[in-house]
Amino acid sequence: MDDLSVLVGGRAGDGINIAGMMIAWLMNASGYRPHMYYDYPSLIKGGHNFAIVRGTPGQPRAIRTRVDILLALNQDTIEKHRDRIHESTAVLFNADRAKGPGEGIPVSDILKRHDAQAVMENSCLVGAFAKSAGMPTNLVSSVFKRHIPRYVEKNLDVALDGYDSVRTSHNLAPSLSRPLPVVSGNEAAGLGFLCSGLDAYVAYPMTPSSSLLHFLAEHGPPAGVTVVHPENEIAVMLMAAGFAYAGRKVAVGTSGGGFCLMTEGLSLAGMAELPVVIVMSQRTGPSTGLPTYSAQSDLHFVLHAGHGEFPRFICAPGDATETMSWSKTALEIAWRYQVPSFVLMDKHLSEGFFSIDTERVGGVAVRGPETGVASPLRRYIDSPSGVSPLAFPPAAGHVIKVNSYAHDESGITTEDPVIVELMTQKRLRKEASLEAEVQRLPAVVTGGNPGGTTAVLCFGSTAGVSEEAAERLRYRVVRPVVLEPFPAKAFHDALSGVERTICVEENVKGQLSLLLRRHGLMTDHEVRRSDGRPFEVEYLIKRLEEVPL
Amino acid sequence: MTSRDFISEVQNTWCPGCGNFAIQHTMKKVFMELEGEGVVPESLVLVTGIGCHAKIADYFNLNSFYTLHGRTLPVATGIKLANRDLTVICHAGDGDALAEGLDHLIFAAKRNIDLTVILHDNRVYGLTTGQYTPTSPIGFKGRSTPHGTTEFPLNPLRLMLASGATFVARGYTRRMPLLKSLVKAALTHRGFAFIDVLQVCASYANLTDYYEKRVYELKGHDTGSYEDATMIAGEWDYYSDSPIGLGLIYQKEGPIYEPTPEKEVLWGSRKDLVMHVLDSRT
Ligand SMILES: Cc1ncc(C[n+]2csc(CCOP(=O)(O)OP(=O)(O)O)c2C)c(N)n1
Ligand code: SF4
Ligand SMILES: [Mg+2]
Repeated sequence: MDDLSVLVGGRAGDGINIAGMMIAWLMNASGYRPHMYYDYPSLIKGGHNFAIVRGTPGQPRAIRTRVDILLALNQDTIEKHRDRIHESTAVLFNADRAKGPGEGIPVSDILKRHDAQAVMENSCLVGAFAKSAGMPTNLVSSVFKRHIPRYVEKNLDVALDGYDSVRTSHNLAPSLSRPLPVVSGNEAAGLGFLCSGLDAYVAYPMTPSSSLLHFLAEHGPPAGVTVVHPENEIAVMLMAAGFAYAGRKVAVGTSGGGFCLMTEGLSLAGMAELPVVIVMSQRTGPSTGLPTYSAQSDLHFVLHAGHGEFPRFICAPGDATETMSWSKTALEIAWRYQVPSFVLMDKHLSEGFFSIDTERVGGVAVRGPETGVASPLRRYIDSPSGVSPLAFPPAAGHVIKVNSYAHDESGITTEDPVIVELMTQKRLRKEASLEAEVQRLPAVVTGGNPGGTTAVLCFGSTAGVSEEAAERLRYRVVRPVVLEPFPAKAFHDALSGVERTICVEENVKGQLSLLLRRHGLMTDHEVRRSDGRPFEVEYLIKRLEEVPL
Repeated sequence: MTSRDFISEVQNTWCPGCGNFAIQHTMKKVFMELEGEGVVPESLVLVTGIGCHAKIADYFNLNSFYTLHGRTLPVATGIKLANRDLTVICHAGDGDALAEGLDHLIFAAKRNIDLTVILHDNRVYGLTTGQYTPTSPIGFKGRSTPHGTTEFPLNPLRLMLASGATFVARGYTRRMPLLKSLVKAALTHRGFAFIDVLQVCASYANLTDYYEKRVYELKGHDTGSYEDATMIAGEWDYYSDSPIGLGLIYQKEGPIYEPTPEKEVLWGSRKDLVMHVLDSRT
């Protein structure tokens, strides 16, 4: 077999995500590219947590319902996931806390034998997984040595006893894929920012964006990135405005509720023409909603957030590799056009783990920002592209004024109708320039069967599952990565020969569908999910098959 | 720059008799003095809120960021963290900094970020034509409280002391020489400096007579004593009949805000760092 799906489950606090990551590292070392989905309720202890890790020689970007190995730290895990178990599923469980059916592992005996702490239960099950998947013991020891930070030897002893207590149930076909780095979507965004010269990151913790804050707080400062966690998201957006005014490349990150608080500052960035990147990672709303579950229900919020009219850029990458390259592009666009620029993500992408193919991370280089000064500097001097040259204080002989009020070219408040109109038109012209830039970007991605006459339309994290389901059904996938300015021409071109469209979204109102309608495309059918859970491959195929012909 | 160069050519629209003129004039004098001492005007940045006070952004021929109502402090914090060599001055209103943006004011003081806040405390919303603010005296009849407020005012000085400000002073627009020395001291203070400037609003809250009867210049107390400062700051509660002390109330040296302790930059290039992170993830 060459497509392995593993579920590991237990209670919150059992370290399920760490067990999941170890399984992912083991797959990675075996030449199987991993993708991990981690499902956890919004609490610290108790409740049911599980991770599904899927590995294939190519990169999987979606999870399956059926699992091949189920690792149960408690009986609950077996009961809750009965529908995932099939005739060849190996169910391996902690015999102290579960009764099967399946192969019980005498975890407490093993721990006692090695005088090991209870937390090493995970290592025991991970070892059992490796045996079940037919991985050799030397692989287990090399992965443990590489990825276990403390008490490696003891963990390894426990793992190898776990290994010996089950039988091999699956034989993985050998794969020559070289192991690639495995990162979460949020980490990929952070890496993209680091590559593109980010100077500052400002954020207030909010799931599922927090791990980006954590990543940059750890890795940013030694690379000269200032990381600030201020009093609230209102302050976040305005601090970012201050950084941008002073010439520092800045990004902020949040989820729906925090972004609500940022909209006043977003509108300021639009009016004052300040380059700010916003990572908006969606979770199930409205309001506090389901903090640790996903949604694609803030597309229209991000498209329209802020009062007044101003240009903005929005991209929605579909996996970690795309996230790394598009976060770089988003930063470049922000500075080239002096606009707010969004990386729209969601829980599945932000907290999902993927291998990242650094050779595919490149992206199209956007020209650098306009600099150079006229004297005395008119910060908002009009130009054919609508973009004015940038300069930052202190600039000898120049006064640099930015303003939230309607202003003239020098940044001085004005209510003069002629000047107001002129400046409005200038900002509008920036939008036209930005539209032209988007035409140079790979703003629409086609996948699945390129000649398919049925097209699945989707955006963001549903990219992977849509492509996999479409391949099975011989459908085409057409996915806009840039959502604003909408690449209408490229999108229509990608649909040439298509007779039937199905729009797949994780929301109730069909927000992508509505956006497409605005650009002259009436979608034929809709497949929606809004319970915060990801589309799994079999489920999406079933839903697509139910769509009338 | 000559005195005329500091002031822009923008038409001034403050009401005749407005205390903002005194603040503007004072600031200009301080800026000129600073320039004489080697501070380049290009390194000054004025950050204003929204209100009558904020028009000062347009009226000075200096770098400025005319922000949103209540939001001077986060913007100023971003600017300062972006470039420690800039001298960043917030001109905020009492409605602006104490109502709409109170959280930011408290946190800026708590962090002891190296900024100066000039609070144009006219005890009223001027620009929106006369509603009560957090410092309006109880009973204030404004347009949103025609029968008088039933709230006691906030004492901004005590609030700032409690929040961790390291320079706290009170000025008054009709005592310009004192105001000038306070502004100068605030701008040279390393850390978070706050001056509550009792500013006469000629149109909606002309408290000139009230102030003239009560103000006196503080002298002789230990400005390094937090206890003394708290007592002095509480002498007048912003509504009842008691003397109003003007001058420096509290000053101390404290660690300046650094969000991430200055660490050595370990990576020659960003690429090295990215490769290092990616390497650890295989
Ligand atoms: C978010 C927001 N709310 C309300 C306003 C309207 N507004 C403008 S100025 C102002 C009050 C100004 O009072 P203060 O800050 O004391 O300044 P002053 O005019 O007295 O100098 C208000 C409420 C606004 N601009 N923005
Ligand atoms: S309303 Fe008051 S504060 Fe505003 S300009 Fe007139 S006098 Fe000055
Ligand atoms: Mg006021």
